[in-house]
Parts: sequence; structure tokens; C-alpha cells
Amino acid sequence: MGLDQVPHNFVTARLEDVVRWGRRNSVFPATFGLACCALEMMATGAAHYDLARFGMEVFRASPRQADLMIVAGRVSQKMAPVLRQVYDQMVEPKWVISMGVCASSGGMFNNYAIVQGVDQIVPVDVYVPGCPPGPETLMHGILTLHEQIRTGELLLRREASPTGGAGIDLGREPVGLSTS
Amino acid sequence: MADDTAREEDHEPAVSGGPAPGPVSDEVAAAIVARFDGSVFVESHGQPVVYVDRSVIADVALMLRDEEQFTMLIDTVVVDHLLDGSRVRVDGIAAERFEVVVNFLSHPRNRRIRIVCEVPAADPTVPSLTPVYPGANFPERESYDLFGIVFAGHPDLTRILMPDDWHGHPLRKDDAAARVPVTFKGDPSPR
Amino acid sequence: MTSDDAFWTKEEARLERQTDEGAQQLRPTTREMVIAGGGMWPQDDLGDTMIINMGPQHPSTHGVLRLMMELDGEDVLQIKPVIGYLHTGMEKTGEELTYVQGTTNVTRMDYASNFANELVYSMAVERLLDVEVPERAVWIRMMMCELSRMASHLLFQATNGMDMGAVSMLLYGWREREEVLRIFEYVTGLRMNCNYIRPGGVAADLPDGWQDRILDVCDTVVAGVADYDEMLSTNPIWLERTVGLGVITTEECLALGITGPILRSTGFAWDLRKAQPQLPYDEVEFDTIYTTNGDVYDRYRIRLYEILESAKIVRQCVEKMPDGDYRVQDKKLTPPPRARIDESMEALIHHFKLFTEGFKVPSGETYVAVESPRGEIGCYMVSDGSSKPVRMHIRGPSFYNLQSIGPMGSDSLVADAVAIVSSIDPILGEVDR
Repeated sequence: MGLDQVPHNFVTARLEDVVRWGRRNSVFPATFGLACCALEMMATGAAHYDLARFGMEVFRASPRQADLMIVAGRVSQKMAPVLRQVYDQMVEPKWVISMGVCASSGGMFNNYAIVQGVDQIVPVDVYVPGCPPGPETLMHGILTLHEQIRTGELLLRREASPTGGAGIDLGREPVGLSTS
Repeated sequence: MADDTAREEDHEPAVSGGPAPGPVSDEVAAAIVARFDGSVFVESHGQPVVYVDRSVIADVALMLRDEEQFTMLIDTVVVDHLLDGSRVRVDGIAAERFEVVVNFLSHPRNRRIRIVCEVPAADPTVPSLTPVYPGANFPERESYDLFGIVFAGHPDLTRILMPDDWHGHPLRKDDAAARVPVTFKGDPSPR
Repeated sequence: MTSDDAFWTKEEARLERQTDEGAQQLRPTTREMVIAGGGMWPQDDLGDTMIINMGPQHPSTHGVLRLMMELDGEDVLQIKPVIGYLHTGMEKTGEELTYVQGTTNVTRMDYASNFANELVYSMAVERLLDVEVPERAVWIRMMMCELSRMASHLLFQATNGMDMGAVSMLLYGWREREEVLRIFEYVTGLRMNCNYIRPGGVAADLPDGWQDRILDVCDTVVAGVADYDEMLSTNPIWLERTVGLGVITTEECLALGITGPILRSTGFAWDLRKAQPQLPYDEVEFDTIYTTNGDVYDRYRIRLYEILESAKIVRQCVEKMPDGDYRVQDKKLTPPPRARIDESMEALIHHFKLFTEGFKVPSGETYVAVESPRGEIGCYMVSDGSSKPVRMHIRGPSFYNLQSIGPMGSDSLVADAVAIVSSIDPILGEVDR
């Protein structure tokens, strides 16, 4: 019996907190670096802007072992089915960060060759703008996702979005990080 | 040589101030012009360019490789002149819609040369240079993929950049739009 | 066998339904296979060879490169690269953007060394305009290009090490690369995709105190290179994995149009910076690094020592930097300084016209080539008197260098295929454009 079927009450609220704590502190990103944003993603994982302090330095090559797909770079028409296939191979719970403007909206390349935003193919949880976004911007996006995981409702069944993916049903207004 | 002051004028479109064919100042170009009828030499911003007939381009390449020591084919490019504002007219060469431009480099002689041939839209076929320079394999496939120019004699003329089931040749001026309308989440995807 | 057939047919139909592009054939008795990207594989009579697919999503390929490999156990018999997974239509976008905007597009092609792209584009435009760039701008361009060469080769060291298992190289390489990127941010405002070298010169002058900062960075990088040399160059595991692997000869390179460190590793010391310098490389002293074996180890060493040569050039640029304008002072070509826009109506109009319509370039065509960290990068540009190019084509060195996978990768092992691809150092942005 999965977590979905556990009745939602005071006792299981603590359980939810523990599960969410575990999920957000050990997010394993899948390597999906496509173009220039991939270099900044690697920089975020490198020693200076360390991602390991959030438990995320392990970039899993196999999508079966990953739970976060950071789409870093421009998605071409030829790559779109591959992207969908990799997303499908990931196991629930999974999240998608669309890194960079090319992944979020097609970026500066609004032409025949680039998918105008990966949210046409996979459901996206956090959009990180920038061309390329610096490591600090990407980290802000990742921490926003951690916050979403921390405050999201686990036991409510996820609603299917039109693009067929699994969005996090927050149940209330999303709580972002306070801007300093 | 037309005086290139068009840039100083703000709103006048530039006159066709292209290079005029003059005395053949480059010896390799002279050799090509001498051997192949109908070739015209042009000097373009200090670089030698020879316009040849498309049927002989493979022979020109063979001559460059074997006799003139042009060791490397640098690039094969296709230009689509459908929507040109003003185009460089070369005397003696019938301008067509497509131009196949090939750049060569000679390492021992440290010189470059450019060979251009006109290709009509009705019959976009050009002999392939891959048998002479195997490095032309990828760029000719790209030219076929993006412009629809067929390179006769190419060992594997298939799409290389676009998906295999793509229809059309995107870089042609009348094919894919360079700007597509902004799409929003939930809009139907083009594929 | 019939029930198996029925099962496999259903499996394939299900896969076909789930994904647009036909996934790999599941049927184990495939005799013919249509490879995406063309051609029929040779008839394979249920033999011992297997055709597998590596990529396009794979940690060991530099970007989205797909390799079809015919394997006999662990031996690779043939490799065929399939590209196009990053095709961005940049050349089409280049026809839609004005000459002023063009560098933003071009700089994203070879995204590991942005300044080389911007340089050839800007030089092609300047040649079509017959305009000469002031001396200081030229020296700034040379210095930034050499810094970008250092950044690109450091990236190579990092990813090459990681691909072959020396994962700590990734962190060391990035440590030094961060210093260079910090210089880019200091000078141009951006760490990557800087859009700094523009037609007419450079976007802004060097900030105050740049000499000391750049010299510090050179010292840091040179010290780092000494570390990598000590760690890897005589390391027996490294030598086992790289020496004698992926050998290519000069004839093959010349026939395939391969330039850059791959050509120099075969014993042919061809460097466009020496042979046909477009920037004042003849006024600085540096060596062309070349080796003779043409294997993966040689290419690693060439790129390592080229970092030192670039540091040498940068130090000389710091010493010899001339004073003067950082861009052509032609009001129709380069924008006025921002402060002038508040004071002068004319400056405001020029700024407006330049950034909305751009400047017009008389009709013509030209080809300009320089030495990028990967080889000869060139820009072939055709103009027609309007403010947008008719054709803007970048001759990306990695596009040609990838053709070397065939000769290099045949008769090797699967793990070696990873090392070989890594040593070619392709950047798929300029391969697919």
C-alpha cells in the first residue's frame, strides 16, 4: 500500500514531514545538459558553487536512479522525443527544473528548430531564467524547488496535467524563499 | 571597382557595388580559368573567387588537390538568393537562385581559394566532392538537409541535422519561418 | 517463434505509441536497421555483432552526440556519429537578426570559447564594410580570445579527466576555469556568451586595474596546469588509457578537413595564429605545440601546454596593450557612449537607429577564419545592402573534427570510444548550429 492510501491525519503529518525532509535533502539530478547551460550546471556542481551541501552532487546518468531532471539548454525538434522518453523513464516522485530561457520558452531562438519551452513536452516545476543562468541563479531555483517539496502535499493525488506529467499539488499558495 | 560609399548614406539602399572581374591576379585562379571554359575570376575583398560551371566542380576540385596542392577542403556552403536586395552580378555568369560555395586551403602554399557555382532551383543537382575530399561528406549532407541540393555521387545523402521525417528544407528563404509566433504553455506543440 | 514475434510486435507498437521517434528496435533478429541519420547498416545475419546506441543523453559525451556502435563483445568494430540533436537553426536566426544583434546569436555556437565565434563574425562584417578597427580594440580582442582559449582548454581537461574516470579533474579544472570566468564577468559583464566583440571593436573598454587582475589569473592558471601535469602526465593508469589510442594520421586529417589540436597531434604543426594571423599574433612570442603520435595522450598534452602558451600571450598583451579607442568612432557603426545620449539629440537618434534598424552593409561576400581552441573557425557571410545578412554561415571546427571518429574509433573498446570522443573535444553547439 502506497503513501497515497494512508489516511491523512495528525499522526501521518509527522510522517509526511519526515518523508519530505528525506526527499528534498537528497534530490539526485539526472544529467540532461544540452548546451551552454550545461556548463553553468557543471559549475554549480563544482567546488566553488557547491551543490553537495544540498545533497545533490550525485548526478545520476541513469534516469531510473534520478528524481530531478534539470533541462539545461535548448531542446531541438530532434531531441524532444528523447527528452520525453528520459522523463518517462524516471520514477515517481520526480521534478523538472527548466534551466535557462531556451528551455523555459525557446529563448532567443524562436525559430523552426527549437521547442518553444520544454513545458510543451514535460511538466515543469521551476523555471530558472538566464542565458545562461549563473550558478547562483540556478541554486536559487533549486532551493525554490526544495521549498516546494517541503511545503507540498504528498498524500493528495497528483492531478494529471494536459501534458501528461505529474505536477506537485500544493493545496495552497506556494511558499517561495524570502528575497534578501 | 565601384566606390563603396553606400555605408555613409543613411537611407539609400546600397548600389550593387560588388567587385568587378579584372585581370586574374591569382595564379591558381588563372590556371582554373585557363582550363575550364566559362569560369570567371573575381576578387572579393582581397580574396580570390572563381565562378565555375557546376558540371565541372568535381574536376576543379581534383585539379586543386592533385596539381595545385590544395590539401584541405575547408567548407561547403549553399546560399539562397531568392530574396536578395541587391546581388553581386558577375559578368559572364548566369545568376541562379542557389550558389554552392566551396572554400579550399593549401597548407604548403599557405593560400586559399573559393569556388562558386550557380545552381538553378528547378534542377538542384551538383556533383559531389566527397570522392575527392572525403571531408565534404558532412557539409554536403547538411546542404542537402537544409537546402535540398542533391549532391550526385555522395555515398550517404541523408538528413543530418533535422529529424528523419522532417518535410522541407528549412534554410530556404521560402521554407521555415525565421521567427515563429510565441507559444504558451498548453499550446499544441508543432510536432 | 510465432508467439515471440507477436510479443515483440506488440512491444514495439507500444513503444512507438509512447514516443514519437521510433525507439531502438527490440527484435533480436533484426537483419536490417534503418539508422536515424541515414543509411542502411550492413547485413547482419544474426551474427555475433550487436549494434547499440550511445547517447544522445549520456554522461560521457560532450553534449548531445549519439553514437551508433557495432560491437563484437566489448570490441567496437565501427562507430557512426549521429548529430542534429542540438540543431538550433542559428544560421536561419542569423538571417533574421541585424548585424548589430548577430554576435549574440553566434556566440552561442561554440559556447566553450565564445570570443572566437564573435571574432570571426565581427571580422567578416568589418571586411564587408571595409572598415578598420583601432589598434587597442584589436589587442583587446586578442587578449580575450586567448583567455577564452585557456577557459576552453581547462574545460577540456576537466571533462576529459572525468570521462576517463579521474573525477577529481573535473573539480580542479573548474576551479581554475572559475577564475577565468570571473575575469570575463569583470570585463564584459557576463561569465559566458559574452557578446563583447562586436563589429567595429569591442563593446566596452577594459575596466581600471585590469592589468593586475589578469596577471593574477595567469599565475593561478599556470600553477593549476603544473598540478594537472604532475597528476596525470606520468600517471601509469592515465598512460594505459590514453597512449596508442585513437590514432589518426596527417593524411586522414587533411582529407577529412580536420584542424586544430587533432591535426597538430599528428606531427603537422599548422596553427592559423602563425600561418594566417588575423590579429597581431606576429607581435607576440609563443610556440605552436605539436606532437607526432596522433593518439589521445598527445591531444591531451597539446591542449595542456597550449594553456601555458595562451598565458604567455596574455601576459605580453598586458605589457604591450596600446592606448586608443576601443571601437571605431563612426557614428553610423558603433553606438555613442551612454552619457552622450542625455546631452545630444543626434547621439540619441544614432543610438536608436543602430539598435532598431542597424547599419547597412554593401553587397558582397567574404570568408574569415581564425584559430579557435578546436581548430579553424570561419565565418562565410553574404550581404545584400540591407541591414541583415543574406547568409551567415559559421564553419565550426567540431563539425569536421567529428568525422574523425570513424578512423579513430574502429577497432577499439567501448570504454576507449568514450576516451576518443572526449579527446576530439567536440562542442555540439557548433556542430549542429
